[in-house]
Amino acid sequence: MLSYIVRRLLIGVLSLFGASVIAFTLTRIIPSDPADMWMGPRATVEQIERAHVELGLDKPIPVQYGIYMSKFLRGDWGISVVTKQPVLRDLAGYLPASIELIVFGMLVGFAVGIPLGILSAAKPGRWVDHTSRVFAITGVALPSFWLAMLLQLVLGKELSLFPLIGRVDLLVEIMNPIRRITGLYVFDSLITGNFAALKDALWHIVLPGLTLAMYPLGLATRMVRTSMLEVLREDYIRTARASGVREAKVLTVYALRNALGPVLTVAALTFGYSLVSTFLIESLFAWPGLGRYAAKAIVSVDYPAIMGVTLLVAAFYVILNLGVDLIQAVMDPRIRWS
Amino acid sequence: MWKQLRDAARRAKRNPLTATGMSLVTLFLLIAILAPWIAPYPRDTLAVHPDEVFSPPSMKNWFGTDELGRDIFSRVVFGTRISLRIGTIVVVLALAIGIPLGLIAGTFGGLLDEILMRVTDMFLSFPPLLLAMAISATLGASLENAMIAIAIAWWPWYARLIRSEALSIRERDYVEAARAAGATWGRLLFRHVLPNSLGPVIVQASMDFGSVILTSASLSFLGLGAQPPTPEWGLMINIGRHYFLTHWWIITFPGLAILITVLSFNITGDGLQEILDPKAKRG
Repeated sequence: MLSYIVRRLLIGVLSLFGASVIAFTLTRIIPSDPADMWMGPRATVEQIERAHVELGLDKPIPVQYGIYMSKFLRGDWGISVVTKQPVLRDLAGYLPASIELIVFGMLVGFAVGIPLGILSAAKPGRWVDHTSRVFAITGVALPSFWLAMLLQLVLGKELSLFPLIGRVDLLVEIMNPIRRITGLYVFDSLITGNFAALKDALWHIVLPGLTLAMYPLGLATRMVRTSMLEVLREDYIRTARASGVREAKVLTVYALRNALGPVLTVAALTFGYSLVSTFLIESLFAWPGLGRYAAKAIVSVDYPAIMGVTLLVAAFYVILNLGVDLIQAVMDPRIRWS
Repeated sequence: MWKQLRDAARRAKRNPLTATGMSLVTLFLLIAILAPWIAPYPRDTLAVHPDEVFSPPSMKNWFGTDELGRDIFSRVVFGTRISLRIGTIVVVLALAIGIPLGLIAGTFGGLLDEILMRVTDMFLSFPPLLLAMAISATLGASLENAMIAIAIAWWPWYARLIRSEALSIRERDYVEAARAAGATWGRLLFRHVLPNSLGPVIVQASMDFGSVILTSASLSFLGLGAQPPTPEWGLMINIGRHYFLTHWWIITFPGLAILITVLSFNITGDGLQEILDPKAKRG
């Protein structure tokens, strides 16, 4: 067990190292000279040469990587060209809004996807199954940015059910200021008992949240169906059925518990995926999160910000995968020994 | 071989979903090939009609017209060509990197294998879309760069797949026999290991068409991929974002085109896998 954990941790560290090498390589294949960009268009040749020395560009590449990483690890992620703020501070400020959105989307996705998967597995080959399979495949194939606009068009504009953009109504926020604790508005307003703001924040999160929910929904439906079908073939299920346990109980209690393992993996996978999806949809909803920041950085070719976002998301991705592997190893002894 | 194909065809018939997917893929290919004859206004990929901007869908313009008065139906039709081109180039490029590397790693093993696999690990520590975004943002916004970026994000999957195939094939008796008979490394690689390990990779690659098209549409939506006036679906939606609340058709049809294309490739891929490997669980 211990040796498995140690090995898995080592691989995790190695992946993070690898991600940083790739990100660093990217900053060095920029078509333009970083020193040029640093000094601006009116710099003289001598000034650019001095900038080369200042930025450490005269040193060998591995040394440059070392300098870059040591700065990075000390929290110096560079200055964003757009916001003129330290990238790390920007990211810390924008991350909670995205986390809130992703968590909401995943909760909705799993709350719908898991029952759909169970229903599907309970009656394989029937219309419930076919419908939920089509649903599952569609969820994964939908361009999120398009879905976002359709939801805005139908639920936002035509039916006026939900606000089109924003995280909380300005007026509501002025009347009921949300005390920032975690930065997740829904959570913060809930624990401080600020129900006016809570209602408004929930109202605003529905459209972007539903957009993000489709992918976890599709994936969860699929995974639950597959692993339920597998579990339902086991002997202990036949025994339970033979001894007259009600079918609903067989499905939800006996089978589901053993079928949920893969869903955990899906959860980690979707988190990474949703994080990248926010790049596509947050600006549509004027949602002040990491994704909108990243999209802006991409459009304005803000390299320090692009690199910061890339490394942050990669770190999330690696750490989540690591976490899932470790949890599964604890839960399922078969994994450790293989 | 013949019998296998016949069995596969029979299984495909029994699965209506797969059959639908396959027909849609065929339709997509037909539209891409016949685009200039299908599109009612083939010149609307470039032409501008200032007096016909934002006409809603009608008999004249089935999908309406966009902010420059161009026929959206014609542009969506031509978009199939671009998507097909993107899908093909990216997959071929990724295979061109992945197959040799994976093959070498799997056949020769040892230190080389170890190094190559650690390199793929590095690449796989990013969500593919993120890596593609970061690369095409650094390379500069253009469709060519976006395709290169997606291929760079994609090849490690193929390298891994072909490596594991090669690993199992080099242990087979006939490879052993060839080696004992004094076959050169080149002969072993190209006559024995490569042809026998290609199958699953090709299936996987054809399945990936859908994801590649979705990824490139996403890049174009961010402004990283195709540039105006290319009739690329993601780009059409990107431009339409400024107008869609008052002119719904501008984004609706290009988006539907993406959805249906990706969906039909994914369904076909699922079905193919099931058909070619009946032992695999129906999932």
